[in-house]
Amino acid sequence: MSTISLHNKSEKHTPRSENLLEIRNLKTYYPVKGGFFKHTVGHVKAVDNISFEIKRGETLGLVGESGCGKSTAGRTILRLLKPTDGKILFDGKDITNISGKHLREIRKDMQMVFQDPYASLNPMQMVGDIIAEPIYNYTKKSKEDLKKEVMDLLEKVGLPPDAYYKYAHEFSGGQRQRIGIARALALRPKMIIADEPVSALDVSVQSQVLNLLKDLQKEFDLTFLFIAHDLSVVKHMSDRIGVMYLGNMAELADKKSLYAEPLHPYTKALISAIPSPDPRQKKERIILTGDVPSPINPPSGCPFHPRCPMAMEECSKTKPVLKEVRPSHRVACHLY
Amino acid sequence: MSKKKSLLKEAPLLEVKNLETAFDIDGTYYNAVDNVSFKVKPRQIVGVVGESGCGKSVMSLSIMQLLPKGIGKVKSGEIIFDGISLEKMTEGQINKIRGKDVSMIFQEPMTSLNPVFTIGYQLQEVLFNHTKISKREARLKSIALLKSVGISRPEKIVDEYPHQLSGGMRQRVMIAIAIACQPKLLIADEPTTALDVTVQAQILELLKEIQEVNDMSVILITHDLGVVAEMCDEVIVMYAGKIVERTDVDTLFYNPKHPYTTLLLGAVPKMDEEEERLSSIKGIVPSLTNMPKVGCRFANRCPKAMPECFTTTPMLADVDQGHEVACLLYETSKPREGVK
Repeated sequence: MSTISLHNKSEKHTPRSENLLEIRNLKTYYPVKGGFFKHTVGHVKAVDNISFEIKRGETLGLVGESGCGKSTAGRTILRLLKPTDGKILFDGKDITNISGKHLREIRKDMQMVFQDPYASLNPMQMVGDIIAEPIYNYTKKSKEDLKKEVMDLLEKVGLPPDAYYKYAHEFSGGQRQRIGIARALALRPKMIIADEPVSALDVSVQSQVLNLLKDLQKEFDLTFLFIAHDLSVVKHMSDRIGVMYLGNMAELADKKSLYAEPLHPYTKALISAIPSPDPRQKKERIILTGDVPSPINPPSGCPFHPRCPMAMEECSKTKPVLKEVRPSHRVACHLY
Repeated sequence: MSKKKSLLKEAPLLEVKNLETAFDIDGTYYNAVDNVSFKVKPRQIVGVVGESGCGKSVMSLSIMQLLPKGIGKVKSGEIIFDGISLEKMTEGQINKIRGKDVSMIFQEPMTSLNPVFTIGYQLQEVLFNHTKISKREARLKSIALLKSVGISRPEKIVDEYPHQLSGGMRQRVMIAIAIACQPKLLIADEPTTALDVTVQAQILELLKEIQEVNDMSVILITHDLGVVAEMCDEVIVMYAGKIVERTDVDTLFYNPKHPYTTLLLGAVPKMDEEEERLSSIKGIVPSLTNMPKVGCRFANRCPKAMPECFTTTPMLADVDQGHEVACLLYETSKPREGVK
């Protein structure tokens, strides 16, 4: 019922009716070294076979608990990490295995905003230089032009012009995150991957940064991959949301249908676990037992089955695949 | 049974009166907590909310007398716990109360356990300090405690080291240590901030259960308004070292009076509503050294600020029964003659 209108909404975001980013069966494993000769004794399956696509101008949110592989997925897409297997198609080009000059070219179009605004800015550089660096790296511009452009960017992200001559430590967390955003914007990328951009900030500042990101998205026609662990933040920002668990995509859907009708038991538990800022609302809570298992030795079958309240016999044997059970609502669960 | 008793007017378990805690920055003391007064009744969960740097943690450290020596000190005020003044106690006297009658859970379960001792050792340390107990009994008791906080295989965990446990398990161990001597008051400083939501839900459930079983009072410090709504009976909203609003949880969420509280509530993205823009508060909390001397400390960020907000310091006073607000928009907060 509601899915029809949702479908229309998602189409609004596809003016050129094509995907900016396509991920197919992406795997990123980290080797675990051990023994006397430091042989590879196992793998941390940080991202284990995920597929999704992001349309132009859309925001895809990735949520999950710590260690579920959402950051690794983001970094692999940017090619900061080498994928173990699978395909990454960006703007129609296969960027899975490119390197050197080609990779450099592609990086111009995808930028990242990092989680920790205290660690991601060079303390020895002036803010003006931090923001100018990507432009300086990729274009030949005179000093004056460069400065003008940086000033312009500072204004766009809501920082005063005198920020140019200051150092990162002179700013608060929210302002530093604005510097990080200005740096990511400097080359006018097509896509920005924001990895937990607001998790280190207070709510009042968090809302400033979220509003800024939304404004910039409209202004520069940006496509976002928004990675966060806070479901209410992801819901606010995204058009579609992917829920990850232990390196796998558990559910991928339009935000409305995901929140109105979560299908995967993990998504249900995750949504019910959020404390609601309303003391009169008493909701039925699904409390999961135990912790996320180690991704070195993921459980057989469905990775969620040891904690799943609805687990069946089949769940421990075969791994469910992500399949479309409703229009634009994909889920990996044997129940469907 | 206990519910009936709570109907009677009970003496507060903890009473903080005009507490001022100051920190030494380059030779001058600046008040991180400024003239804070509140009460905690028995079996009550009091939430303390506010942005980082608003003095929530410093306040709790002041109650526990755990301020860093030589840097922070309680300048004035009284902290009365169960009829005794804590602030005048010697180190030896306070050690008898700390961990026994008042205990604390910290934010970082990763750093608040000692990595070189086993879980059992750290649990038994509290028991040995405060009770006469044999080694064998202490071990059995610590296993029972671990079991009571929902740790499976407690017989094995008791001999393990903190690094072998996950974040949620470590926080459970911290809770077990904190409740080992059945304290009357538990101060939980951001107990779930470092945890994932599903684990946070487990820990909050556990805290609530323990609070009911042990008849404990809890001061829950958090920046997450969702956690407050879920857990607390009463809420204190702090801003820049001062209490700006104090009331019961229902009133706070449905009828907030202070502009700061209203903005804070609006800044949280809601799960069941669709909103294009979030309300945000311009600017940031003033730093300790830049605190305005007179006037309301929120005035420079407040959308409703009037000229007098910059010249007159508002007082925390009742606007309704049991609803205290410090804002000049309300007649009651205006200073009266003879009262400072």
